[in-house]
Order: sequence, then C-alpha cells, then structure tokens
Amino acid sequence: MKRARVLVDGVEFAATEAPEGLRLPDGRFVRDEQVIWCPPVTPRTTFAVGLNYADHARELAFKPPTEPLVFLKGPNTFTGHRGLVTRPDDVTFMHYECELAVVIGRTARRVRQAEALDHVAGYTVANDYAFRDYLENYYRPNLRVKSRDRATPLGPWLVDAADVPDPMNLALRTTVNGKETLSGSTRDMIFGIPWLIEYLSGFMTLSPGDLILTGTPEGLANVMPGDVVITEVEQVGRLSSTIVAETL
Amino acid sequence: MTRMFVPDPRGPIPATRAVYAAALNRQATLAALGDALSRDPYREPPRAPILHLKPANTWIGPGDPIPCPRDVPALRMGGTLGLVIGRTASRVAPAEALDHVGGWLIANDVSVPYESHYRPAIKQRCRDGFCPIGPAAPAAALAEPDRCEVVIEIDGRIRGRADGSGLVRGAARLLSDISAFITFEPGDVLLIGEPHDSPLAEPGATVRILIDGIGSVTNPVRWEPAGTP
Repeated sequence: MKRARVLVDGVEFAATEAPEGLRLPDGRFVRDEQVIWCPPVTPRTTFAVGLNYADHARELAFKPPTEPLVFLKGPNTFTGHRGLVTRPDDVTFMHYECELAVVIGRTARRVRQAEALDHVAGYTVANDYAFRDYLENYYRPNLRVKSRDRATPLGPWLVDAADVPDPMNLALRTTVNGKETLSGSTRDMIFGIPWLIEYLSGFMTLSPGDLILTGTPEGLANVMPGDVVITEVEQVGRLSSTIVAETL
Repeated sequence: MTRMFVPDPRGPIPATRAVYAAALNRQATLAALGDALSRDPYREPPRAPILHLKPANTWIGPGDPIPCPRDVPALRMGGTLGLVIGRTASRVAPAEALDHVGGWLIANDVSVPYESHYRPAIKQRCRDGFCPIGPAAPAAALAEPDRCEVVIEIDGRIRGRADGSGLVRGAARLLSDISAFITFEPGDVLLIGEPHDSPLAEPGATVRILIDGIGSVTNPVRWEPAGTP
C-alpha cells in the first residue's frame, strides 16, 4: 500500500493511493492537485549517508570510503511533495540529490544483515539538497549545508516494505524541467540497506520512525529559481520540488 | 501573542523535539588546534557555527546509567548549559534572541574521546544514553546565561569547570546565527558547548554536572551490558 499525509481544505488526512489520485479515510477521492502534500512520515532521527555510490564519490573527487560517511539532519529540514525549496541569494552552487529513504518500523539493536530488512516499515523518496557554498571542513557536511529549513523534500508516498521486495535493485532518475540529468540504480550503493542497518544498530538503537537516506548516484547539477526537479525511485515514487529565490 | 513553552522544572526531561549542540564553541579548543585550523583537512578556521545533533536514543534522565562501550576505557563528560526554545525562533537578531528562550537546562554531551573534527562524530557522540538531560529552570532563573558556571564533578571531585567567558559565541549570538538557517520550534534544545578538554570518566564513576540557578544532574557510568539487547 502507498500512504500519504495531505491537507485538504485545511485539514490533515492520512490518505492512500487511488487509481486517479488519493482516497481519504472517509471514502472521498481527491486529485493530486487538490491536496497539499506533507512529508509522509515525521522522522524521529534522520540519518543520511554521503558518498554511498562509487560514481558519485568519484564525481566529488573522493576515494570510495571503507566506512560509511553518516550525518544527521534536524526536523526543520523537511518539506512535502511539490514543496518550494529556497535558493539563498549568496549561493552559487545548489544541487539536488536523488535518494531512496528507508523508514524503520521495528526497534533494531545489533541486528544482522540477514534480518535487517525485517526492521523496515517502508520506503519513500528524498531529495537531499546541498548548498555547497556553505561547506566547511568541520563535521563535514555541516548542518548549514545539509539541514537547512525546508530543504529536504520527502515523499510523496510511504510505500509498505512488502511492496518493495528488492530495494537493492531499483532505478533512480532525476529530471530538471523535464530533462533527464541523473540515472542510476540502488544496486550500485557501496553500503547497501542491510549493511547500513547492521552498522548503525551495532552502536546505537534504531527506533520506529527513524529514517535513513541512502545517498545519491552521480549526475548532480546546479539548480536555479524556477527549476522543477523530480527525483524518482522505481516502485517508490516521483518526488517533485520547485526552486524559489530567497528575495522574491 | 503566542504562548511561551516553558519547561517543567519538576520533570526530568522537558519535552524535546531536537537537541542541537554547538561544536568548537570554546576559544581554548580553537587555540589548542592552532595552526592545524589552516591545514588539511580543515584548511581554514570555522566561519559559521558548527553543530552536531544529539538524537533521541541519546536522551536519558537523572540517575540513569551512561553506557560505556566495552572497547572504550573512558568517556568524555561534556557538561553544558542548554537553552530550551519557548517561542519559534527564525532569523532572529542577537538582541532579540533570548526573548525566544523559555528556559534553561543542564545536559551532559557525552562522547567517546576522538581527535578529528573533520567528519560528523556519530559513532563517538550518538550512542545510546550519551545525553543525560537534567533539571530545567524557567528563563528568568538565569539573568546572565553567559556568566553562569558549569561544574563537572567526578566521584565528588571537581574535574572541569567553565563559564561563558571563553565561548566563541554566547547564547544570544549562537541562537541568532543558527536561526539564519534553522528554525527552532518550542521544545527544541540548543546546547551551548562543553568546556575545552572535558574530563574523562571510567565505568564505575559517578558524574555530576552542576549549574548555579538550575541545579545538578547525576549519572553513573557503567559498562554497556555484554550482548545488548
């Protein structure tokens, strides 16, 4: 099943996917354009993995890592499908990142890879925008780059884990204004989802609602106000966002 | 006028949404890094505030044991003042920043000792129980937050102390600068920064963090149980 959280006429509903839009709990059907999309989950702790595709690591002139680069993001940074993401006036390089996001459904502590996916509730799509002008070499990537207000679109759907039998073999695709800029597959992750769950749960407890953004493949490009960016993960969803200027 | 979120001084842990902590916020810490700040991998001294997050699995209350991993001989006890947001703070000026504070609290930003500040220290700072959060006090309890002294006692002896005089950014400036890119909501916590060279505590020790005007938080350090859970 695909679930969403949406606002209809100013009221929030837990909705599910329907043939031509969404079904609300009271049985009404609404079209995509009639709703405001919220992030499908309110993340508890959000982990993000940097440089998790060998091609992207190369693109950024790093050696592929031997241990994952993990950083955290705050609750301020999320926005929903069709959200507006601000490009600050002083930024010269802002890029999208197209990522499969894993939602934890069951407490995990010292879980083995073989059992790791039993702890997953489902999947969604994240666009982990970065603002490279703000990069500093302390706790890199620092929060000013990666945890800015409303700069991480999430959604549209939370897709049940049962409906994604092989999360390590999904096509990833990004378009900017309809033109494809990124194409890849989750099979090229350096550290796969079971590995990441074993690693993180090896030194800390993962809980329901925790979110793991698994990294982006290569194909990053600068985006400007007015650009419409769609990050897409096969079987999981097409997540749209629009860049807006800081000074309107 | 929106109502102010005020932490309940009787409750051990105020309602928290996110706990942000300033990193490298002591002049002495930057001075100790010295020329290294201009060399690889850092290349230049920090410009904007550098932060880390203490996620929900790290939060524990007074008296709860701090688990020490079996392969680590001792943990750093990063006693610090924290501010609790009372009213949404976004792009606030330094002069108005503290108007958004609903209260103050004591926290211990525990870490596995480490040297490099280049990458996020998740494995060192985000383990279960690595953020004891102590009593809170209403905003009025601290007239001058940057003057209040944090004292770190280990087994009854003072092992660390620091007031706000050595901060790179005091509470108001810190909150203002970060609010340029992070909106703080009521219940969010911002830890101002542990002392330079926070003391080490071994399993078996009892650690107490004291701040005049707020109180103290005491936690034992214990070996993590083998094979948890």
